[in-house]
Amino acid sequence: MAESTWTPKEPMVSAKDVHKSFGDLEVLKGISMDIMKGECICIIGPSGSGKSTFIRCINALNPIDSGSILVEGQEVNDAHLDKLELRKKVGMVFQQYNLFPHKTALENIMMAPLKVLKQGKEEVEARARDLIKKVRLDGKENSYPGELSGGQQQRVAIARSLAMHPDVMLFDEVTAALDPETVKEVLVTIKDLAEEGMTCILVTHEMGFAREVANHIYFTDRGIIVEHGPPKTFFTKAKDPRTKEFLSQIL
Amino acid sequence: MFQAIQDYFRQLAETNPSWNFIYIYDPVQTARVLEGLWMTIQLSVVCVIFSVVIGVVGAWLQGSPVRWIRSTVQGYIQFFRNTPPLIQLLFFYFALGQFTPKYSPDGWLEVPIISNVGWAIISLSFFAGAFNVEIFRAGIEAVPESTKEASESLGMNRMQTYGYVVLPLAFRVSLPALNNNLVNLVKTTTQAIVIAVPELLYQLVSIYNDYSTAQNACMVLMFVVYIALVGILVLTMNRWERAMRIPGYGA
Repeated sequence: MAESTWTPKEPMVSAKDVHKSFGDLEVLKGISMDIMKGECICIIGPSGSGKSTFIRCINALNPIDSGSILVEGQEVNDAHLDKLELRKKVGMVFQQYNLFPHKTALENIMMAPLKVLKQGKEEVEARARDLIKKVRLDGKENSYPGELSGGQQQRVAIARSLAMHPDVMLFDEVTAALDPETVKEVLVTIKDLAEEGMTCILVTHEMGFAREVANHIYFTDRGIIVEHGPPKTFFTKAKDPRTKEFLSQIL
Repeated sequence: MFQAIQDYFRQLAETNPSWNFIYIYDPVQTARVLEGLWMTIQLSVVCVIFSVVIGVVGAWLQGSPVRWIRSTVQGYIQFFRNTPPLIQLLFFYFALGQFTPKYSPDGWLEVPIISNVGWAIISLSFFAGAFNVEIFRAGIEAVPESTKEASESLGMNRMQTYGYVVLPLAFRVSLPALNNNLVNLVKTTTQAIVIAVPELLYQLVSIYNDYSTAQNACMVLMFVVYIALVGILVLTMNRWERAMRIPGYGA
């Protein structure tokens, strides 16, 4: 494989005309967007609009039918894709947390660095303990996922992803399954990350968060990007009637 | 003390001829019982181990992308699950036994290289193994797709995902059903009597063929021994299940 010539001045994630169908149902009908290093972008839209499918395509959990997704210059739509190389760069957090239920919080965080990156145990454990602190879960190191609340589990999941030193983090409706009072603790964690300069791509329904933290907001409906822009103009000066309707329902 | 017990049962046999506990006071019969018990234990332990190995390997092969491998495993399961183990034993020993090579340990008599005990082990292991394949497969299928995705998105390959995430979880799910099947297997070892494997039932039947008054006493012993043997097995399995229980997971 050719050595990537990507430089931080180019988009970190660059999607061009991405198409994806499940059977007869075309879910993505030509999605394009560029995300620069350090940006935090939010993708919003009604359910079924393809936003989750799109971010799952970025780390190749869903293969795409046509178009191109470059992550730091690496083409994702490639039969010979080195998935390990891609997934070292891209961390992902899911709606249902998906922690490993038979491992403690600390072991969840340590597993991938130990088994995939083959790093030394002491080094990995030290970093895992730092990450636990970072997501404000001191004292929960030895708890099993079943003993943690949804919000706590989700923060462990964020820490688990961060342990792989990703360059970009994908968040797929990470607060959708949480109680309203625990949503905030997860959002604060993501906000911290964004402020530290982590490149973040979120699929979310949290408009307050989008307005406050995102650099750029994309509104998708029925597989296309209807409208996008920085939060200030997006929320106040939406042009497309579909965007207006969606915002009027949700705000 | 022991002498007194023996005297008591010798007396009992004289006054109540239908309750002749001959194996308690006649050392020759005691030796036959112990021999049979030892054979039953060996047969049970070896078959349990082999059947679990067959189950794990079979469940793994069932996930193979190669179609004929999956069909072969499926054919094996159908054959051994849908036919009586008694007939399997007879078939293996009398039908297949004709075609195995023979050797002559004393230069005089020709004996087949697989003895009746050997055939009993093969036949019973494959019988219980067929159920174990299904049990482990059900366990593997019970692991949510999303948990596997989380593992993959951390950069783990198929083997790592199976080894560190899927199998440890699947095994816990399988344990109660495995427990049942192994209990059944231990009880089915008595059927090896039809190919003259000298296990406990064989020895006790021989005893009451020689001493018809011992029939009831032999059957009582049969029940007592099996209650104890299966009791030990279940106790061990339950302990194991408890040791593997994940805090906060499952009910």
